[in-house]
Amino acid sequence: MSACARTSKRIPVLIAALSILLGAALPASAAPKRVVSLNVCTDQLAMMLAEPGQLVSVSFLARDPRSSAMADQAQAYPVNHGLAEEVFELQPDLVLAGTYSSRGAVMMLRRLGIEVIEFPPENGLDGVRRNLTRMGQALGQETRAAALLTAFETDLAALRADPPRRPRVALYGPNGYTTGDDTLAGAILATAGFDNIAAEAGLPGGGTLPLEQLVMLQPDLIITGTRYEGSSRAEALLDHPALTDLAAMPRVRATGGAWVCGTPHLLDAVREMVDLRREMETGQ
Amino acid sequence: MRYGALLILLSGLVALLFCASLLIGPAALGFGESVQALLSGKGEAAVLVMREIRLPRALLGVMLGASLGLSGAAMQGYLRNPLAEPGLIGVSSSAALGAVLALQTGLAAAFALALPLMALAGAVISVLLLLMLAGPRGSSLTLILAGIAVSAFAGALTSLVLNLSPNPYAAAEIVFWMLGSLSDRSFTHVWLALPFMAAGAALLATLARGLDALTLGEDAAQALGISLSRLRLVLVAGVAASIGAGVAVAGAVGFIGLVVPHLLRPLVGARPGRLLAASALGGAAMLLAADIAVRLITPDRDLKLGVLTALVGAPLFLHLIYKTRREGL
Repeated sequence: MSACARTSKRIPVLIAALSILLGAALPASAAPKRVVSLNVCTDQLAMMLAEPGQLVSVSFLARDPRSSAMADQAQAYPVNHGLAEEVFELQPDLVLAGTYSSRGAVMMLRRLGIEVIEFPPENGLDGVRRNLTRMGQALGQETRAAALLTAFETDLAALRADPPRRPRVALYGPNGYTTGDDTLAGAILATAGFDNIAAEAGLPGGGTLPLEQLVMLQPDLIITGTRYEGSSRAEALLDHPALTDLAAMPRVRATGGAWVCGTPHLLDAVREMVDLRREMETGQ
Repeated sequence: MRYGALLILLSGLVALLFCASLLIGPAALGFGESVQALLSGKGEAAVLVMREIRLPRALLGVMLGASLGLSGAAMQGYLRNPLAEPGLIGVSSSAALGAVLALQTGLAAAFALALPLMALAGAVISVLLLLMLAGPRGSSLTLILAGIAVSAFAGALTSLVLNLSPNPYAAAEIVFWMLGSLSDRSFTHVWLALPFMAAGAALLATLARGLDALTLGEDAAQALGISLSRLRLVLVAGVAASIGAGVAVAGAVGFIGLVVPHLLRPLVGARPGRLLAASALGGAAMLLAADIAVRLITPDRDLKLGVLTALVGAPLFLHLIYKTRREGL
């Protein structure tokens, strides 16, 4: 037992020593050559940072504008569905995944000896900085990552606002789910100069907000998710007359792919919200 | 108990539960505030809550419960079998299939009435199928077996349609279509269901005399001038309209049509004709009570109505099967 533990403790040291030696001998191995991404957020970070030919496949969600801010760019890449078999067939030397997505595939790919780097879902602006730096390192594109990070900070500083009167917003999604402050959407709102009513409703971490309570809170603005095709009761809730018909209720806006991931594209959502707030201010 | 007194008592119970339903909800409104908001005022948040959220929910509770109780009593009277219930014999699940098809094909979005009409069509097909399989005087065994088959088949197709839907939320709503819920329903749903439910109730109400005559046997009923084929036609149309409209807006709530007639039968002297009106009122009361309980037990999540009605109804169903077996029917 103890011998085993001692050996297993030494293994990482050995690997590190080996990789330094190999790295010195073969400098090109620092940057992976065939990268496959399984998660809509790593898809976008990789598309922003990879050099031509380095990224060989992105997830199918990357082409869906409801969850991806780079749906157009993703058209240029073959898509995968996060299945171990199809990914292995692409013979990647690096796989990018989310910590909660495609668990089975990630475990299988690791057993097959493929390196998998996982990115956790982010809940704030710091996550964007962390993601950019980490993805830069993973792809061996540190310079590009640093440039994007600088641009992100500049744009963010220009957009960040603290207006005298912060409109109260409800993020109200299918099934009456409201998103709390400690999320990407919460960070977008706070940066753009809005207050999220989730905290007022006693749901600082987000949760189901009954329609009655939403009506009683009377937010200045309601932001809903983008609709999918087909039909569901979950989304039909957003057509309830108590939300839509009444003049007392404010306008309702839908979110898009820019709200989903901790990438610099999140600033598009901030920009949209800042514009909306200005529009609301001049309207009053 | 006298019949008139029973109906008055049940009406009082429905009225009481209706008011309770209006006063219960996640928005903490006081009694005075609620009543004032409901009866007067405009544009304020409390008015919105009372008139657009709670009132349609309570109205749908009454309508749906009455339809279920009435349909159960009518089917049991016609088949002379206490196990006949729209949910158990697959009528509700077939109506749900029709409704789901209308919603997922986009038909309901293009033409609002397509939703109740398709649900009604699903219900008609299943009732005809059941009457064909179980025969005019359905024996318990064939009726229940046919019901299980129809119910399983319609349920499977409903699940398939919802799983194939491009909407990521649709598949999670299989449970709504199977257990039913009144949460966040609006006046849109009330107006959609009301004409069909009213027509269904009017049709079923005309069956009272025929069903009473049928207790003497088919020959005796015909001798009394009852046309059995007409009786069957009216029954099918009435049940399909009531159940179809109910399921289309609130999903399939089971067991009300079983429990309510069973409880009330001894109180109306076992006359199926009288049981109709009593069951309609009793069904409304039971559904309102279930909908109130749902909101009290889990105020912040949507516990399905069918969960509560099944908790009450399923043991009774087992008891009825046991009794039926003992009597050797």
